[in-house]
Formats: sequence, structure tokens, C-alpha cells
Amino acid sequence: MNTTSAPATPKHAAYICSGCGIGDTLDVAGLEKVAKTEGKMAVIKTHPFLCNAEGVQMIRDDIANDGVTHVCIAACSRRAKAEAFQFDGIALSRANLREGVIWVVAEGSDHDEVRQEMAEDYVRMGCAEVKKMTAPAGNVKETSSKKILVVGGGMSGMTAALAAADAGYEVVLVEKTGALGGFASNLYKRVPFNGPYAEPQPTGVEEMAAKVSGNGKIKVYLNSTVAETAGAPGRFAVKIAAESGSVTEELCGAVVQATGFTTYPLDKLPELGGGQANVVDQAGLEALAKAANGGAIKRADGKEVKSVVFVQCAGQRGTGGNGSGSHLEYCSGHCCATSIKQAMYFKGQNPDIDTVVMYSDLRVPGMGEDFYRSAQQKGVIFTKAKVTGVKGGDSCQVEFKDLILDEEVSTDADLVVLATGQVPNAGVNLDEWTATVTAAESGDEAAKGKKTELQKISVLNLNYRQGPDMPQFKYGFADSHFICFPYETRRTGIYAAGPTRRPMDMFQATEDAIGAAMKAIQAVENVEKGRAAHPRAWDLSFPKARLEGCTQCKRCTVECPFGAIDEDEKRFPLFNEERCRRCGTCMGACPVRVISFENYSCDTVGMQIKAVNVPDEFEEKPRILILACENDAYPALDMAGVQRMTYSAFVRAIPVRCLGSVNTIWITDALNSGYDGVMMMGCKKGDDYQCHFVKGSEMAYYRMSKIDDTLKQLGLEPERVQTHEIAITDNARVVKLINEYVEQLNEIGPSPMKGFG
Amino acid sequence: MTASIATNQTILVVGGGIAGMTAALEAAECGKQVILAEKTPTLGGRTSLLYRYFPKMCHPTCGLEINLKRLRGNPNVRVMTLTEVAAVSGTRGDYTVTLKIKPRYVNESCTACGDCGKAVSAEIANPANYGLDKIKAAYLPHGMAYPQRYVIDPSIAGTPDGEAAKAACKFGAVDLGMQEETVELKVGSVVWATGWRPYDAAKIQPYGYDRIPNVITSLEFERLADVRGPTGGKLLRPSDGKEAKNIAFIQCAGSRDENHLRHCSRICCMASLKQTQYVREACGDEGKSTVYYIDIRAIDRFEDFYANVYKDPTVSFVKSKVARIAVNEANGNPILHGVNTEGYQRYATEHDLVVLAVGMEPEVTGVKLPDDLVLDSSNFIEGSKSGGMFGAGSAASPLDVNRAVQSATAASLKAIQVIHKTASTEASAS
Repeated sequence: MNTTSAPATPKHAAYICSGCGIGDTLDVAGLEKVAKTEGKMAVIKTHPFLCNAEGVQMIRDDIANDGVTHVCIAACSRRAKAEAFQFDGIALSRANLREGVIWVVAEGSDHDEVRQEMAEDYVRMGCAEVKKMTAPAGNVKETSSKKILVVGGGMSGMTAALAAADAGYEVVLVEKTGALGGFASNLYKRVPFNGPYAEPQPTGVEEMAAKVSGNGKIKVYLNSTVAETAGAPGRFAVKIAAESGSVTEELCGAVVQATGFTTYPLDKLPELGGGQANVVDQAGLEALAKAANGGAIKRADGKEVKSVVFVQCAGQRGTGGNGSGSHLEYCSGHCCATSIKQAMYFKGQNPDIDTVVMYSDLRVPGMGEDFYRSAQQKGVIFTKAKVTGVKGGDSCQVEFKDLILDEEVSTDADLVVLATGQVPNAGVNLDEWTATVTAAESGDEAAKGKKTELQKISVLNLNYRQGPDMPQFKYGFADSHFICFPYETRRTGIYAAGPTRRPMDMFQATEDAIGAAMKAIQAVENVEKGRAAHPRAWDLSFPKARLEGCTQCKRCTVECPFGAIDEDEKRFPLFNEERCRRCGTCMGACPVRVISFENYSCDTVGMQIKAVNVPDEFEEKPRILILACENDAYPALDMAGVQRMTYSAFVRAIPVRCLGSVNTIWITDALNSGYDGVMMMGCKKGDDYQCHFVKGSEMAYYRMSKIDDTLKQLGLEPERVQTHEIAITDNARVVKLINEYVEQLNEIGPSPMKGFG
Repeated sequence: MTASIATNQTILVVGGGIAGMTAALEAAECGKQVILAEKTPTLGGRTSLLYRYFPKMCHPTCGLEINLKRLRGNPNVRVMTLTEVAAVSGTRGDYTVTLKIKPRYVNESCTACGDCGKAVSAEIANPANYGLDKIKAAYLPHGMAYPQRYVIDPSIAGTPDGEAAKAACKFGAVDLGMQEETVELKVGSVVWATGWRPYDAAKIQPYGYDRIPNVITSLEFERLADVRGPTGGKLLRPSDGKEAKNIAFIQCAGSRDENHLRHCSRICCMASLKQTQYVREACGDEGKSTVYYIDIRAIDRFEDFYANVYKDPTVSFVKSKVARIAVNEANGNPILHGVNTEGYQRYATEHDLVVLAVGMEPEVTGVKLPDDLVLDSSNFIEGSKSGGMFGAGSAASPLDVNRAVQSATAASLKAIQVIHKTASTEASAS
């Protein structure tokens, strides 16, 4: 699998920087001695300004001429000068003497001893870590496919397909109906995408569909669905089933899921006249307008509409709009502008038609404001109102509370248009899937039937162990989460675009589709180079499992946030490297510690923990291990240093890829070696999670909730292990937490395990 | 600095905020060569000056950290700070750009040790806190600054303070002889991610931003709430340093108004809803937030956030465009005058502090841009006549962070399309 060339004989080197006050504050000769006698480094050099060209060249020369393969830099934080200390093919560790020691330990000679001890420990740790590392070479895939699969042939799907094709990529587009165009092809006109934002515009759907059909790089499958998606980014084996029964297989590199939405069912809104005569939804009005084609808009009974009321937020926004609280909780974003557009259909044909829009908050952001103004100029009436009831019929009746005049009133209209919401087409809910599969496996017949039904609504039919579609968010939208990283999903190489992932208007959907196409292209390019995907795109490491030690407990397959691990025919975990995001949650999950990365493993961290010099109980110098998430908690610790805050010199901090990668062996090792306490610092979990790997920090909490038993077995107090949610801005808070914990441990007293390690 | 590195296969991204960083990184992680030009001394842009994001109430610096990590790991992006675009000529696939680089007076030897800052006595208004406090004239722009290098303010270059900074540096990093440079580069495509700036609140005369100390902007409020800000996260009002507990938020300050900004700035409703929770964070149940609004535009899934804030007993909503603000001379409290349009009640309500939810206007408003760019009536960049330059993020439309990133990701692909087409045309021609 791996293409790493035969490793050279390892040669370890430590480079100590004495700049930035390190040499003034610490006994550098003492650090050198530690690197030599305990770190067993073959080369040890100190430089007054290691990060400058000369210092870096010294290291490069040693690599080139002296056969150095492993480098420990004892200088500033790994977050500083990262560009200077980059050496291809070399295993690298960083001992943080600046932000981690001299900038945070109180000044003055009273602290000289503990400061030096802290620095020496970090040198020990850096040496121990690098000896257990190998430089990842990456697993280059020469045969990977760069073809992009687009599922859904509406505006979003067509836009994504054209965007990828225009960038030179082959595209396979699968559309379940017999024509391209999707929801947009049912529209008479669309809201303007650019200035002057005054009139409804032609949809351009037919032109776009023709462009897609005529594009030599795009292969369109109509009347087709995805029957199976197997494999991983770069090698998705996609079975495309046509209505006729034929199945074609395409090898694709990445997927854009643009499966759109369905409108909220009108008949679920009887309180607003849904299902009654002359009460339509926005889609219904488009059909009438399309039939009229610029002429007078007529109702189903053929009567010309002379008065129309638009009811905004119909069955949306909980009780905030014109919902009763039992329909959609969210706002669909597009409906205000859509109603404005539709009101213009009437006014454009006959300015005398009574056109009223009843709204609670009119939501037309950006230049939509001009479109709103244009409607007001055309005489569309906007009434801030809460509609309490609609009765359909020859003359529809709308009862409402006028919120401006503060009175209950009613009005008649020939036609009522309900602005109902978008319901995402996102396939199978994986929680439901897992429960159904579990029940079916235990012999529940009903569950077996349900499983078949669920498979029918699946969009992607992934053969992943964790289920056939992308995980969903609240309200059933397809996965996509970060504010800063809106396209990241929990299925690597699969990106959702358009209203399947978030309610949106057509303009936003097209922009969204181009972005999703970009991410899909990036995914195939990264796979080809053997690199990870966001947020560790530079990462060439990937998890390896020593299967001979595996007990088939399945924790890694279940806990992987990205569904990267399947099972092979012998029920061993099967790692799909291209799906992996390198968070290490599998490594943290593994009870027998058989999973590791070349440069990050149970050993690289475990040996650091063991390298720390733990004083005996009589010295009254507690040792506290901090396992800090490198994304937020570790930067917060660094930042405390940058701001010259001070915290106890008794802590030893180790950055981890994610708290989810923390294996409990590290905790028990630390406690067994006489550490007095362990602080785990990770990102926020829960609905508003901030974990970059979505579930990593949550998994850590779950695992730590079970550590109390271990502590009891060791005869230790539960306070000796703490877990904290730390935000990146919590520099002052981490300092406080550390210092309070030191005091708390002083009260509890030294660990009884000291001396037994 | 040599111009030869860039070719018509290079993408220039103008602006190093969240949109620019995204556009640059997305393209670079596709293997493209990118130059990222930022006019200030650090990347991060306006989002790095926000305390929290809606709707998760997480911190922008978290996303910045990841993006910086992506950047450090990627040799395809060349970052140029203190750099502005002076001119662009040429066409799609073949642009020549002229960049002006201002002196930082600190070279690449800087380790950010901070010795120069200690040696300098002059102070300047802190740009990272919108001038609400002062910092030394030799400074690191903020804790997350990238590049992590100090800046010497031009005001002390050539003064004894400047010399003191130079003398204090053990690494020879202070170079007071630096001059403004001009470089010319060839690029295939340009992404304009020049971002936004707050509308000048002083222009909204009835609100008295220029006269009433306790009327501040929503951006200044972000800094007050931030634990890293000038007040350490305490909501201390400007007139007397008293803790503000009864705070008014005025929506559409400049936006949706043909006398000021004709567009809706999209983010301000959510920003104010978010800021009411800063008041809760700082004052608990004793805080009181009042939002004066026209429409609450908590679009799509953000409705949940609005629904939760709406339930918060410390927050109330008044549907009204505030007519004017007076001052209670006795205590410095602003008094808001207007009519509550729900029931037409006149009000004159006193608050400790007023936060104007100021609108977004393109940062480039008033700046001479290449004629090739197509702007809308509010100066947002719609695209270019030559077809090889694109707007991204809030340079293209008033957008929140999530949508700005989405827009920047799309712009990145549009730029890649241009250089791929150029490459294939050249290949078929040769």
C-alpha cells in the first residue's frame, strides 16, 4: 500500500535555539546535556538565531551531509516559524521553550529551578517523540479517477457540472427525471441576479440545459438514479440505474450532491386554506403564470385574478411567521423575493390588480432591497400581519391581525398564494438507518421491510458501514457545518450544494454549486497526491492498523466521524485512506492500540509522557499532564505566552490532533508514572460544536466519562483527571484553570502512584 | 522580490481577510500558484476583529488558526502584506498588475520576541481595536497576526524611538531604511476579495455618533465584548467608563436607506441578535437589550437563533426606525425618540449605551479601481468586462462569513477556469 522508500538508518539531531531570551533565561548547556544523555541524540547543536537563514542552513547541511533523518527543534512553539523549519522527508518535533516555558513561567531567580526543569522536560519529550516518528511519504494514486459525479440535474447540479467541465474535468450527471432543469424549469421567471434588480428575469433554464447536453465533457444520465456508490475519493465505483433497468458503472473521483428540495405539502396547511379552491402555493402560482405567459393570470376555474394575497412564511418559522408551530421551524430564505417577483407578474400584466403581501419580517437581503423597492413603486401593498386563517372558494377570505394598526381584520381575494417552505431531499437519515439496521439484524421483520424502504429513498446508496447517505443536520439538511468551512461534510469527497444542504434562492444555489464543484475538484487533486482533505490538506500521513493485534471490537469503525472505516470479509477494519481526515479518532478509540500514523501514534505521545522526569512525593513538585487540542486549546496556551501571562511550571503540555485521538492508555500511563493530574483540553461539543472533526471532542468526553472506574482501580481521586472545553480565545481562562488545578492538587496531595512507575 | 515567479498561470487574490484567504487556499490546495496581497500588515481581515460568530457563538480566530495552518503547510501561496494594487492592465488570462508595497521597517529576521515594542515609548491608536485603545508604535498587530512579525509605525521611522527599536533588536530585524516598492507581475486571473468597511456612522446625523460618546458602532461593540479587547470584555461605555447594562441596538444604521446605503447589509440583524447575548454574557439577568428594527432578517436556519433570542427575557424588540437620539446631560444617557409602528406609540427611551448596527459598504468605495471591473449601484463587484477578474466575499455582496467563504470558494474555481483555459489554448497553439 505505502510507497515509502526503504528508510535510511535513522540519525537523530537536536537543535537548540538560544535566541528570544531562551539563552538568557535557561541553562542551555543543561538542555544540551539532557538531549545527549537522556534524549540520546547523535547531533546536538545550539544556535543563537536558529530560524534565520544561517541557522536553518546549518540544519539543512546536517541533513544533506551528515545523514540526519530526525530533527528535534527546541526553540519556539510549533505554531511559530513553521515555514523556516520545514524539511522534506525529515521527521520533525518541536520542543516549545519560548511560548511554552520562558514566556509563561514567572520571572525571577525564585523560579529558575522549576523553569529549567520544565524546559529540560520539553527537550526530553521532543527527543522521545521524534525517535518514534517517521516522515510520511504519502500514498500517491496514479490510477485515481478525476471524474466528478453530480447527482441532480436542477439549477445547482447543472451549474456544478458546467463549472467542473469548464475547468477541464469530466463530469457524470445523474438526473432521476426525464429532463434537466429541476424545480427551476417549472418557473415562469426568476428573481434578478444582478442590477438593476427591478423586473423578473427569464430563468435561462432551457439554455443552461442545452449547454449541459451539448458539453463534450459532461455525460448526462436521465431517468436514472445512483444504485450504489462504493469505494472512496478518487475511486468511487458508481452504479447508475436507469428506469429501463439497465445499470452502467462509472468510476468517479468525487461527488457533488445537488438533489434539491420539495415544497412543503399544501394539504398539511388546512388552517391556511391548503387544499381548498383557489389557494395555491408559490409553485402553483408559477404554473398559472406560465400558462398565462404574460397574459391575464387565471385561476384553475378559468376566472381572471383581480385580487391576490400572498401569505408569507406559511407553515414556516415555527410561530414566528404565519406558522402555527407545528410545521417548519426554519425560514426558507427565498420566499419573500419570490412573492415579490410573483406580485410583479400581476402588476406587470395589469397594474389595477390588488396585490397584497402579508408578512411578519420581509427578508430581502443585499440588493434584494432594490427589488422590494421596485415592487412598492409598482403598487404592491406590503402589510405587516399575522394571518390567522384562510378560507378558499370562489371568493377567498383571509383573516389576519394587522400588526401596524393592531386590529383583527379580514379581506377577500380571488386567489391566495401561500409562501410555503423548502424541504430538503437529502436521502436517508443515518440515525434512523442505524436503528433500523440494528433491529433488522436482530430479526425484526418490520425493520427489514423498513430498511428496504429507506434504501429506496437513498440518494447516494453508499456502501459505507455507517450508512447509505451523508449524515444530516437538524431539519434533515445534508451535512455541511463550519461557518468558516461551509462545504466540509462528514463524507470526504462528497459535497452538498444548493437547497439540499440549506434553504436558499436560485442565485445562492448557483454560487453554492460552483463552490461545491471546486471542493470536488480539490478532493480528486489531493487524492492523486496522496494527501488528506480539509482541514489537514497538507497531511501525507494516514492510519495504519496492525491487524494481527486487532480484537474486532469495531470501535474504530463506529467512532470514525467520517465513515472512513468499513469491515473486510474477515470482519477486520478496512481503512479507506482517501476517506480519512487524519484526526486520529480511531487511534483514540482502539483499546489494543494497533492503529497509528507514521508521525502520530500511541508511542509518539506515550513516550513523551514517559520521558518527563517525575519528582518523588517529597519534592512537592507536582506534575500535571495537559493534552491540548492543537486547533484551539494549544493556540490558547501559546497566546497566553505571547501575552506574557504566567502559569504554573508544573504542567507539561502535549498538543494532540483532536481530543478524539486521545487514547486512554496515555492517561493511565501518566497516572501510573506518578503524575498528579491530567487536564484534557478540547473544543466545544454538542449542537454548537466547534470540533474540527465534528465528533472528536464528544468522543473524548464519552470515553473520559468511563475513566472513573480506572481511577478507582488505581486508588486515585476522580479529580486527578479533568476535561475542559477550551476556545481559542481562552488564553486568560486556561491560565486560571491551570493555576487553580495546581492548588486543588496541592490540597488533595501527591499521587500515591509516585515511585511505582 | 522578483516579478518572474508569477506567470499567466498565477492567480492574484487581492485582500487577505476570510474571503481572500479562502480563495487563495482553495486554489492552492488544488495545486495552483497564488499571490495573496493584503494591504494591512497582517492577514485575517475584519473577521479577526470580531469577538464571536453567529449562530454558534464560536470565535473567528479558530477559523483563522486553521487557515493559517493550511497556509504554512502550502508552498503555493505567496503572501504579500502592506501591499495594494495600483494598476491592472491586460486581459483574461494575461493581466499585468502593479503592486505597491509599503515599508514594514521590519524584515524577515523578526522572531516576534517583542524587544522593540518594549524599547519604544511612542503610542498609536490600536487598529485592532478600532482605535479604542493605544499600543506601542512598534507592535504585533494582534496575537494571531500573520506573518508573525512586528511592524514599526511610519510615524516613528526617522525618530529616536525608531532608533531605539532598531537598537533593541538582537536579530537585525529592524530596517528603518525600507522604502516603498513597486512591482509588476503577470497573472492569469484576479480575485478581488477586498472586503467591506463600516458605513461612516457620523453621516447619519440624527444618531449623533460624532457628538454623543455613548453612541458607538456595532464593530466597536465587538471589541468591548472581546476578552482580548480594550476593556478585557467588560461593556464599559465611553463617556464615563461605567458598565453599560441597558443597551439599545439600532438596526439599519445607514442600510436600506437611499440617503445612505440603498442595500440591506444582511449581517446586521444577526449581528445585533448575537450582541444581545454578549450583554447576557457580561451582565446576566441584569442586562437589558432593546433591538429597534424594521424587519428582523434572520434568514434560513438562523431563524433558530432569533427564536432563542426572542425568548430571552432580557431582550425586547421595537419595530421602529429610530428618528433621533438626544442626550440626558445629567448622566450622559442617550435618549431614543421615535414611533413604535406596531400600534403607533411615540417613545422617548433612555439607554446606557446605543449600538448602531452600521451597514457594510465595499472597502473600495471611493478607490480608483481598474475600469475593467463591473460594479453594481452600491459599488459591489459583479465581475469584469474581460472575464478574468471576479469579486469574492463581501467585496461582491454584503455577506456573512459563511456566505463569504462560499462565494470565495466559487470565485476560486472561476479563476482556475481562466488559467486552465489559458493553458489549454497555449498548448493547442504551440
